[in-house]
Amino acid sequence: MKQFKRLTTPYMLWAAAMIVVPLIMIVLYTFTEEGNSVLTFSFTLDNFTRFAEGTYVNVILKSFRLGLLTTGLCLLLGYPMAFFISRFSEKTQALLILLVTIPEWINMLLRTYAWMNLLSDNGIINQLLGLLGIDPVTMMYTDFSVVVGLVCNFMPFMIIPIHTSLSKMDKSLIEAAYDLGANKIQTFRKVIWKLSIPGVLNGIMMVFLLSVSTFVIPKLLGGGQYMLIGNLIETQFISVGDWNFGSAISMILAVIILVFMRLMKKMDPQED
Amino acid sequence: MSRVKKNSKFASVYMGILFFLMYLPIGVVIVFSFNESKLPVAFTGFSTVWYEKLFNNHAMMEALRNSLILGALSTFISAVIGTLGAVGLSKIRWRSKGAMEYISILPLMIPEIILGMVLMAFFYMMGLPFGMLTLLIGHTIFCVPYILMEVKARLAGMDPALEEAARDLGATPFRAFLDITLPLCMPAVLSGSLLAFAMSMDDVVISIFINGPKVSTLPIKVYTQIKTGVTPEINALCTIMLAVTLLILGLYSLVKRINQGEKTDEKQAH
Repeated sequence: MKQFKRLTTPYMLWAAAMIVVPLIMIVLYTFTEEGNSVLTFSFTLDNFTRFAEGTYVNVILKSFRLGLLTTGLCLLLGYPMAFFISRFSEKTQALLILLVTIPEWINMLLRTYAWMNLLSDNGIINQLLGLLGIDPVTMMYTDFSVVVGLVCNFMPFMIIPIHTSLSKMDKSLIEAAYDLGANKIQTFRKVIWKLSIPGVLNGIMMVFLLSVSTFVIPKLLGGGQYMLIGNLIETQFISVGDWNFGSAISMILAVIILVFMRLMKKMDPQED
Repeated sequence: MSRVKKNSKFASVYMGILFFLMYLPIGVVIVFSFNESKLPVAFTGFSTVWYEKLFNNHAMMEALRNSLILGALSTFISAVIGTLGAVGLSKIRWRSKGAMEYISILPLMIPEIILGMVLMAFFYMMGLPFGMLTLLIGHTIFCVPYILMEVKARLAGMDPALEEAARDLGATPFRAFLDITLPLCMPAVLSGSLLAFAMSMDDVVISIFINGPKVSTLPIKVYTQIKTGVTPEINALCTIMLAVTLLILGLYSLVKRINQGEKTDEKQAH
């Protein structure tokens, strides 16, 4: 058996060189000055103080707000969906879950692009409104179009974990609640909801993580001027070329995500 | 049983609406890819003109070629690294195992944008010229975990006695690996590879950071085109990509089903 240990070597070298080292380097970048050279380590916190200036804080707040809004809407729309699916026979459940996942397999760009077709000023929705005699509504390049895109893209990430915990649930507990005289609402609140909390938390974590770090969807549905953390990082790296500042923003994003995950873990009753 | 109620009419309507919203945009793209008119407004007549235009678009075809080469190569390299990694990880009993396993799925847990910028900065520092090579390394990084996880799951369900029997019968460890472990892992390698290939063909975010000015993959080309607005050519491309994605997925589930069939056969034989 011992010889097999050697098989891990190529993988470990790979993981160390391509995953661990780059991550450490980025942390160094964050605390160094401009010039894109790592050789001159001059420790600085400038990148973070620059961040404290108003505009960037606003971008963070906006991303945070939009992430929370998207997550909330996904939960609100996705929970009933997962709940209804979980009440079908097992075969039908498998089929319905497949139907939920298929759009996820289609390139994110395509799904976003499809919404551009629908929401644009002379797009399909406005044409239909026109038939009803309603003046065209500007939907593209607003918060509305971005949120629609985010919610539709990330909805399956909410539905699937919730469905998993709902379908794993012991149905006899619901029976027991009814037997003990609980009505529908009480049964839902005290039994079903409580037991589905792990799935809900997983869903919230995934959707928030995805929506707070996205940059493709806001760029396409929100237009070139639309700025979220993701877009800020992208412009710093690709257009502006200030990598140190870009790294600092990514660090802040990473911290937001980690804190959020920590909070979610704390709320999970099963963790105790 | 009777009191755990079946779904009401409201439930069916709700699910119907949500599914409609999920599939509506995709349906619209497919329908309008066959539309004669340039505007995605009304269906004026069936035509394949956008498909013809697409196939005559050299930049687009070049990007498609890049994507296919990149997908195939990165999948192949990931299959080798990922399989060896999974086999190795299943054998070691070190204390560091937990950490190794955590690192192995790290590329899937880090937000894509952060992984993209990390790699961009890293390749720059290493002095690698941005282009096909950096794309290949980058794609391999996020493809490895898919194959690793599939193979690891397969190994976990494998009988260790098989390999020991081979060793007892005088096979060298290398031979035992080649003749016993590897063939048994193969279905998982295959299904993981299909998943990895699909992911590679799908990636925009990481590629944008590491592709350099000259090389572009199909998703990047699509991204730069639709940033400026809606074009029917892209509708046609989307329809083709949709068909290919579904084909790969179909293959994936077929491979999975064959695997499961084998497993139940094994069980019945015992």
